Amino acid sequence: MNFYDTDLTKLHDDLVNKKISSTELTKATYENITADDDQVKAFLTLDEENALKKAAEVDQQGVAANQLVAGIPLGVKDNIVTKDLKTTAASKILSNFKPIYDATVIEKLKAQNFINAGKLNLDEFAMGGSTENSAFQTTHNPWDLTRVPGGSSGGSAAAVAAGEVLAALGTDTGGSIRLPASYNGVVGMKPTYGRVSRWGIIAFGSSLDQVGWLTQSVKDNALLTSLISGHDDRDLTSSTKEVPNFASQLNDDTNVKGLRIAVPKEYLGEGVDENVKAVIKAALKHYESLGAIIDEVSLPNTQYGVAAYYIISSSEASSNLQRFDGIRYGVRATDVKNLEDVYVRSRSEGFGDEVKRRIMLGTFSLSAGFYDAYFMKASQIRTLIRQDFEKVFEDHDLVMGPAGPTVAYKIGSNITDPKSMYMNDVLTVPVNMAGLPGMSIPAGFADNMPVGLQIIGKPFDEETMYKAAYTFEQSTDFHKQTPKLGGQK
Amino acid sequence: MASKIDEQQVKHVASLAKLQFDDDQLGKFTTQLESIIDLFETIDKVDTTGVKPMTSATDQVNAMREDIAVNSNQREALLNNAPDTEEGYIKVPAIIDESGDGE
Repeated sequence: MNFYDTDLTKLHDDLVNKKISSTELTKATYENITADDDQVKAFLTLDEENALKKAAEVDQQGVAANQLVAGIPLGVKDNIVTKDLKTTAASKILSNFKPIYDATVIEKLKAQNFINAGKLNLDEFAMGGSTENSAFQTTHNPWDLTRVPGGSSGGSAAAVAAGEVLAALGTDTGGSIRLPASYNGVVGMKPTYGRVSRWGIIAFGSSLDQVGWLTQSVKDNALLTSLISGHDDRDLTSSTKEVPNFASQLNDDTNVKGLRIAVPKEYLGEGVDENVKAVIKAALKHYESLGAIIDEVSLPNTQYGVAAYYIISSSEASSNLQRFDGIRYGVRATDVKNLEDVYVRSRSEGFGDEVKRRIMLGTFSLSAGFYDAYFMKASQIRTLIRQDFEKVFEDHDLVMGPAGPTVAYKIGSNITDPKSMYMNDVLTVPVNMAGLPGMSIPAGFADNMPVGLQIIGKPFDEETMYKAAYTFEQSTDFHKQTPKLGGQK
Repeated sequence: MASKIDEQQVKHVASLAKLQFDDDQLGKFTTQLESIIDLFETIDKVDTTGVKPMTSATDQVNAMREDIAVNSNQREALLNNAPDTEEGYIKVPAIIDESGDGE
């Protein structure tokens, strides 16, 4: 069972009508994971025993029409806490951590009787773009096992692309859903900051983090995003705005006629691979042929986005990661002489190099004498980046461009040069800085690897993005192509 | 411009962050951090006179709620995650090294 020939609505209907049982579905899911995942290495923890127990319960109770995900196995990125199920954030320091509560997004899915297939690999604490920073394993791209899956939600994207699960939760602080979605040819949505509760997400950059889905189809993504959205008293940055049913307007009548699409010239400029550019330009032409209006615009502060983002996100990370001290939970260093030793040795042994770099950069940017030149200045640039978008959105509905400057690169080819890794985020970080929704959808292939089209919307206007994405998907067949690994359709 | 960060500075920042590096790592981290801080300095040239800093993208304002305990009495579950416990408390080593000549 690789989920390529089905979708959420169909599976749900089959479960409601008892054409299939959740137990059959769950067993088939694990058979497929067992067959593929020693090559893909997407999962860190599988929870087969509990999943089958839950599936049996669901089969006993039956699936109600309003329980969309009941009985369906889905994957969860391992920086989202799950009660009694090991949650590591792909870090040694949390390698033994079993949370005593569920994240809000998990609570919402459990209330609908979903099946948690297991926890998916990521770059340690979601810091990175390739999963090579995981303390446990590097995930391999199902389209070409010698390449990275992108990151940090690389396990989530690879599991969906390989057909191991129908959908997986990810998180996106600077592109961590959109970049792997692009590299794996799947649909990834980072909703507007505040759309989804961050309670129970292991914090990285709290003013930037957002939870979202990686899926095989646009409609599944829309349905699932509606399920997890909404205000939560436990996250006061979560919005009280009403949550629409994002999928309600995705049908045969959906179109993009008259839709005003802005294409920033900086997103097709220097540093973006020529073959990627060609795919994106063809996608924009396709939108034009469907009746959309394409305009070239400028987001002049894009070039400062990476620098400002890495100052702000590292500063927030250095503060958030102070809680890992070897005292209350996580791994404590042994043979320690005193309390200071517990802190320093637990952290130095428990964190990997990239996490240490971010903590160092953040501590430096916030330290006396450097705060104004780094953190304060970056926060002002953040305002300018947001204003750039506001200006474009005065007379456009969406912004489009590539999600990443290249296709997935070879494992090991970039990892020794952190600065060049950071530059891969140039097209995704401005969206988090401005708090906007951003998604990546399959738009074609370059060098036989998938290329993602990035769609950026106005705050809380995910609906327009989904409509544009759906129209593109329904009139192309890029999303129907699947990696050989999962078996041909 | 003189380099903004050298090994001494890296050691100082590491001590603030409760991290330590051996000599090999110190050299490697200094070189990498220096190159990233070069990138950070590209924002110097942007004129931000009078621009208000943005610290959050949320439009929510602070909200109050009733102070009601939920999910309470989970001491045992919480302590299960602690590396070392004794009689319901989290146990840590002495704050001052007993072998040293702490003040």
